[in-house]
Amino acid sequence: MGRPNDLVQGTLGLLILKTLSLEPKHGWAIAKRIEQISNDVLQVQQGSLYPALQRLEQQGWIRSKWGETETGRQARFYSLTAAGKAQLGKEREMWTRLSAAIDLVVES
Amino acid sequence: MRWMNRLQKTLSTIVRRGSETARLDEEMRFHVEQEIAERVARGASPEEARREAVRRFGNRALLRDEVRRGWGWGWLETLGRDLRFSIRALMRSPGFTITAVAVMALCIGATACLFTVVRSVLLEPLPFHDPGNLVMVYEHWRANTSGNPYNPVSPGDFYEWREQTHGFADMASYYNSSLTVTGDHGEMPEMVAAQKGTWNLFPLLGVTPALGRTFREDEDQVGDHHVAILTWSFFQRRFGGDPSIVGKTFRMAARPYTVVGVLPEWFAYPDARTQVWVPYADGVTAERLHEHDNHYPYVVARMKPGVSLKTATDEVSALQYRMHMRYAGSPVAEDVMSRPMIDDVVKDVKTPLLMMMAAVACMLLIGCLNVSNLLVARGAARQKEMAIRGALGAGRFALLREQMTETVILCGCGGAIGLLLALAGTAWLKLHWRGLPRASSIHVDLTIVLFTFGVVGLTAVLAGVLPALSSTQRGVLEGLKDSSRGAGVGVSRVRLRKTLLSVEIALTVVLLLSAGLLLKSFVQLKTTDLGISGDHLLTLRYNLPKEIYTRPEQSVAFSQSLLERVRRIPGIESAGLGSTVPGAGWDGDEVFIVPERPKYESNKQPDAMTRHADPAYFTTLGVPLIAGRFFDEHDRLDQSNKVVVSEELVKRYYPGENVIGRTVVMGIDITNKKRTYEIVGVVGDTLWRVGQRTKATIYFPVLSGDTGYRATLVVRTSGDPLSYAIPIQKEIAALDPQLPVVDVLTIPEIVGESTVNQSLSASLVLIFAGLSLLLAGVGLYGVLSYVVTQRVPEIGIRIALGARRGQVLGLVLRDGLRPVVLGLLVGIGGGVAVGYVIRSLLYQTKPLDPMVFAMMATLLLAVAALASAAPAWRASSVDPMQALRTE
Repeated sequence: MGRPNDLVQGTLGLLILKTLSLEPKHGWAIAKRIEQISNDVLQVQQGSLYPALQRLEQQGWIRSKWGETETGRQARFYSLTAAGKAQLGKEREMWTRLSAAIDLVVES
Repeated sequence: MRWMNRLQKTLSTIVRRGSETARLDEEMRFHVEQEIAERVARGASPEEARREAVRRFGNRALLRDEVRRGWGWGWLETLGRDLRFSIRALMRSPGFTITAVAVMALCIGATACLFTVVRSVLLEPLPFHDPGNLVMVYEHWRANTSGNPYNPVSPGDFYEWREQTHGFADMASYYNSSLTVTGDHGEMPEMVAAQKGTWNLFPLLGVTPALGRTFREDEDQVGDHHVAILTWSFFQRRFGGDPSIVGKTFRMAARPYTVVGVLPEWFAYPDARTQVWVPYADGVTAERLHEHDNHYPYVVARMKPGVSLKTATDEVSALQYRMHMRYAGSPVAEDVMSRPMIDDVVKDVKTPLLMMMAAVACMLLIGCLNVSNLLVARGAARQKEMAIRGALGAGRFALLREQMTETVILCGCGGAIGLLLALAGTAWLKLHWRGLPRASSIHVDLTIVLFTFGVVGLTAVLAGVLPALSSTQRGVLEGLKDSSRGAGVGVSRVRLRKTLLSVEIALTVVLLLSAGLLLKSFVQLKTTDLGISGDHLLTLRYNLPKEIYTRPEQSVAFSQSLLERVRRIPGIESAGLGSTVPGAGWDGDEVFIVPERPKYESNKQPDAMTRHADPAYFTTLGVPLIAGRFFDEHDRLDQSNKVVVSEELVKRYYPGENVIGRTVVMGIDITNKKRTYEIVGVVGDTLWRVGQRTKATIYFPVLSGDTGYRATLVVRTSGDPLSYAIPIQKEIAALDPQLPVVDVLTIPEIVGESTVNQSLSASLVLIFAGLSLLLAGVGLYGVLSYVVTQRVPEIGIRIALGARRGQVLGLVLRDGLRPVVLGLLVGIGGGVAVGYVIRSLLYQTKPLDPMVFAMMATLLLAVAALASAAPAWRASSVDPMQALRTE
């Protein structure tokens, strides 16, 4: 039901890490950002972000802190850790290789 | 490091799990609100914005669950829920729960208890320095084909071994003895168990005394200076634990002994009875210390690094063979054999202990099968519940896990109670297992607790997996259909229960047979004919110290006046004096020469147990006269070169001959006139110990006046023999107040003394077997009740169609007894095998004793019939109308 499709599930972690590499964000902002950047192509079930965030935090790739939004509300902000940065690099590289390979197959 | 991180995270979320959930909710609410706000800002109506936002977010509850599972305490929550469910389910059927927990507690308790003993006695290394390198060295006669090839060593052999071989790092020797401790100020005299050890024994074992020191080499010499080392218990008991005793003297064997040291509390070698150690050479002559033909000491050796036990033993063995040739004609063994010290210490208890451990393991298995059976029945009763829950979406794994939780709770509770039982049981065994080596080291510790945990896990798996699988394996639809229709219900489950039952019964039969064999063997021992007749016999032992009774006339005078005084006590019918009474043990043997046949093969020289007797000894004990006469009043002092021999001796060495008036020469020197005796009588055989073979015996006259002998006074009384103990002891004290009296025993007590361990093992195995039988009976009853309940409609139809009650009864009985008969057959097969394994523990009982087999099979069938009777009766009294209506 609320689960993203297989491709996205595999890459949701990468998308989140990438999104957080610029600045700390709260959950909604992460979802928005992914949608915006991808021109609304990647429309995830927004809620499925939270299990993913929780998994990444447990891996030690992101950390969270409660803080205030511009509108003065309390929200949980997620930011990338050093380990997360390294992980992002790894996953990016993998993604590049994978997508290149898929391109090769599909375009040939 | 990542797992550390994760652990920290997990722990912190467990601690703050309430607030963490609230925060997650807050976070998600914030998300949705942001989304709504954004949509409203873009111009959507609030209504529409909310609907769209919620839709885009997805199922919030499901997502929350997913996150929570990821927090790492999801499993804890599941476990908690399973536990709650299981406990509730178990509370609903207290009868089942109590039965199962009690069964598990008994079985696990018995297992843990026996394991505690086995571990401390058999598995743990000896408490000495580097115990793996300690061995015992024995002499071995090539002609010795008995079960025990290890013969004690002669002191002369030991000294030569130690001096002339170099395969062992060192060798030490000891032998047991008993000494009389008296006080300077009229304290109670007592006879104590003593060991005489070479000076290097304690250094070789690596034992440092708690106080003082051990013997010095110069103290282990023949001479007038006497030293002693006290064991901890003697030190505490006799000297009040006063450390200033070290360096002081006390009186023993009528001589002053200087205490040089006190052994540590844990030291209980070679047995816990030993009270005092004196040097090997103490109180003996140099000649005695170097004789080669008298075998009583034990030899301990420490292996040299890099020299194998075989090499070292072979070297000693080669020397022994040279000595055998050198002393040709005297009893010197040809070979030497050795074995690890630990094997030597536990030699008498290894088989019984392992047997009991096996019996307990069998009982544990039976207990598991029984609980398993109960669970299968319970599973059947809850079949509908399972089916409904399955239909509502519970995974098979979840159902399985829940059932296993129940079993684990049962076994866990059983294990906890069992551990307490094990504590009590171990204490009891320690107290009642006489002469159990290393008993003081038996203790329950963490290892035992862990072992119990292991057993709990194992039993849970054994008892739980099969029923859990069987009750969850069936399709949902089938289960629902099944429970509403009665016919042909749960065929596979019934088959499973019957198989379990057969296994249970087979194991029970094995246990019953072993118990039966041991019991019969024990009864044989108990009722053994010692060769004496009549009851109302009382025996008292004392040692006349040769340091005080230095002249033969003194000994004779003492014996004479003691007998006169005792015979004057009213109620004493007769009184006699001997060295050791039948059943009270070995009392030395000696080789002798039949002058008519002075030639014999090497090591085939006639040999007889030597005992002393006075004229009234045989009549008091009721030992029959076969030929000739008993001793009389004239066979004393210089007229005492007469002997009485036993029937066995005549049979063995004078087959078919008349021995009265013939002579025998004791020892190996045929020309020794002093040791030439005339045979004046032949008496019936007596056993030296219950359970041992009859041994040819030569009796010497007590009144020969040998100085310093060990004597047993035997009296036949008109009433309760024990009531004469005090009057007799008063007479002894009147004659010599310094003379301790020990072992005041009746003949049944003497027999009981030597059969106490057989009695213990037989009764324990019998208890295990009895419990198993009870379990099997309950199991059978359970299975049949279940089957009958399931078959009520079918039986109703049968009766309606004209089946007679008797036929129905037979039907159910046959059904119930089939697994019993199957189990019985398998069990008998197992029993035969076990009988052969434990045959070394059996006395005058064949492993295939038909009476035991018949009795145990009958017993089992009787219990089985009893257990089937109630369900069968219920089946035959089914009211067909009722049965069909409930359909």
